[in-house]
Amino acid sequence: MTQAELLDRLPSILPPGALHAGELVREQAIARVDRAVVKDALAALRDHPDTRFDMLTDLTAADYVGRVPRFEVVYQLYSLERNHRLRVKAAVPEEDPVVPSVSSVWKAALWAEREASDMFGIRFAGHPDLRRILMYPEFEGHPLRKDYPLMRRQPLVPERDPLERPWFPRG
Amino acid sequence: MSVARAPGAVTPERFVEAEPASEVMALQMGPSHPASHGTIKFNLRLDGETIVDVDVEIGYLHRGFEKMCEQATWNHVFPYADRLNYASPLLNNVGFALAVEKLAGITAPERCQYIRVISGEISRLTDHLTCLGMAANEIGAISAGFYMLEAREFLYDLVEAITGARLTVTYCRLGGVMKDLPADMAERTRFALKQVRRVLGDCDRLLSRNRIFVDRMVGVGKLAQAEAVSWGLTGPLLRATGVSYDVRKAEPYLVYDRMDFEVPTGTSGDNYDRFMVRFAEMEQSMRIIEQALAQIPPGPILADDPRFVLPPKQEVYTTIEALMNHFKLVMEGQKVPAGEVYVATEGGNGELGFYLVSDGSGRPYRVRVRPPCFYGMAALGAMLRGHMLADIITTFGQINMIGGECDR
Amino acid sequence: MAKPLPPPRPRLATTGDEALIAEAVVVTRLDRAIGWARKYSIFPYPFATACCAMEYMSLSMSPYDIDRFGALLPRFTPRQADLLMVIGTVTMRQAPILKRVYEQMGEPKWVMAFGACASTGGFYDNYTTLPGIDLVIPVDVYVPGCPPRPEVVLDGLMALQRKIQGEKQRLGPQAVPGEAAGR
Repeated sequence: MTQAELLDRLPSILPPGALHAGELVREQAIARVDRAVVKDALAALRDHPDTRFDMLTDLTAADYVGRVPRFEVVYQLYSLERNHRLRVKAAVPEEDPVVPSVSSVWKAALWAEREASDMFGIRFAGHPDLRRILMYPEFEGHPLRKDYPLMRRQPLVPERDPLERPWFPRG
Repeated sequence: MSVARAPGAVTPERFVEAEPASEVMALQMGPSHPASHGTIKFNLRLDGETIVDVDVEIGYLHRGFEKMCEQATWNHVFPYADRLNYASPLLNNVGFALAVEKLAGITAPERCQYIRVISGEISRLTDHLTCLGMAANEIGAISAGFYMLEAREFLYDLVEAITGARLTVTYCRLGGVMKDLPADMAERTRFALKQVRRVLGDCDRLLSRNRIFVDRMVGVGKLAQAEAVSWGLTGPLLRATGVSYDVRKAEPYLVYDRMDFEVPTGTSGDNYDRFMVRFAEMEQSMRIIEQALAQIPPGPILADDPRFVLPPKQEVYTTIEALMNHFKLVMEGQKVPAGEVYVATEGGNGELGFYLVSDGSGRPYRVRVRPPCFYGMAALGAMLRGHMLADIITTFGQINMIGGECDR
Repeated sequence: MAKPLPPPRPRLATTGDEALIAEAVVVTRLDRAIGWARKYSIFPYPFATACCAMEYMSLSMSPYDIDRFGALLPRFTPRQADLLMVIGTVTMRQAPILKRVYEQMGEPKWVMAFGACASTGGFYDNYTTLPGIDLVIPVDVYVPGCPPRPEVVLDGLMALQRKIQGEKQRLGPQAVPGEAAGR
């Protein structure tokens, strides 16, 4: 099945009303789905005999600051059986950044969702354990949001400037 | 784990009258532990030496790769990409270059595609040699570990001859590679591969049927096929369970469709199969290198597209047009058309995917790398439950967690 | 730097015990002798975090063989080590661990910043990377390179050995220098 054919088949596979739009960017199929039903939509894509997306290769998010809704959660699906790919996107507004967790559909989502919530502050409803994963618990903010300054460090131990207070006596 | 006993061996029942009361003990292993090459922490709950539960903490090497890429121009990402999986920097380079080229709609010339295959496969060899060498080293087979790292030196010499650097190579460019192969590439490669084959033969004899090695590896860290797919495992970890998924075969990129190679698979999905899959893959990589060197055509190594490719240095210094083009490309970056792609390549540890979003400016809007060993680390808890404390070492070694890639 | 050695004593006798001493004993300052012993018995603790660890592996293998300089045997407990090699990027999250490891090492102890990231943070100039470990612990020798070639590390090691040889060697109760030494 080519990517265009896959897009044509999607409305009959996904739950009614779930698919907002399908598009082809650089010959790659992208399905925009409603965030409220994203879990059902992805489970349907995994189980339907025509698609059989048995692997969630990646889950991430992107911050389009200034756009409404601001965030997108991006799922990269791959089917080992049928050897095709699909990208599913769910738009997430800034004021209520919640998406249903797909960790019960694919276990790969367990850590990937933790990372997306750590980096972007998106909450995944139904995830068993949404602790920070890459940053430390004391860290405030979400570093991959576009409004997090690149250089804002949050030290855990006191630092001293070795030029102002040298470690070794001079001379 | 049940241990087979030799007939007539003394059974512990003669000495232990009653099992001591079982009590779950919490133990923290790491974050600075000799067996974890890299900083990582295991929060263990143990019943005696049996692992009841393990919570793996990663993120100690989070260096802000994705945020740094958003500040850099497209060409400036290559040095960061080198340092993702630093055991196989050229594969990351190639993966990122292919993703940007797909986004920009350009194709590298044929010779360059061969060069990328050759250099990438050399990197796969160094990756597997590092992984297996350290894995052998950690369970006591120190000489085998030394031999493999010695073989790696021959390959590093080769990488140095191609790229000028041993490890962090920054070899690929948008639309091509930095420079052509050295003139004596064929002889150099023949020598290096001969040495690697010699070492691998030694290591095969030292390890593959070694009693200690087999006992430590067989049946440990097992993951069933369906589980492995659900966890998103790729590469040697998935192939050890019997799934013959290799991006080079499933979606051939570069000139892999012209190469004759096999995808080794295992059957049981335990550490021994992972080890043997990697071991067999090295021979296939060497076959690919030899075929590519035999087939490589002459020609340019950079695409002829002034929108994305830097002009030759000679012209930059002599003509004003080339100088201005160079200046604009370096200062403003290549104006890659707006859009997004996800391009998967076969990295050292599995499917290495780059998800790129461009807004049409000279800098990436979003760079996301799909780190194969991140998903392997996520499954580590499931692999270890019920095994012994010492099995962490072999299982962790076979996941081949590379901090730069896992934590980015 | 150490002062030059005093001129050798004239021979006192040609027979008997004094002759034996003159033949068999090298007269030196205690400081120099201890420095010589210390510089050739470095036990490194490899705090390996990132890319540079690949070059550290190469360094300990046969082609480069750091053992020639008396510094092969890595000790994986800081209590037995006297050279802390910080190999690779140290992030904000790792800084407390690094400080703890350093504090656990017994005196005398030295620190090598292996590579650009450990020395300055390298090109990871961002929210999560410690811009140089010398913000947290004292550093004796910085080895540049991203990653440094093994030859550069050997050069750095020899520089450290020169530094150890030239130091005022502390022994016994005075081994832990006070605040005056800046630690």
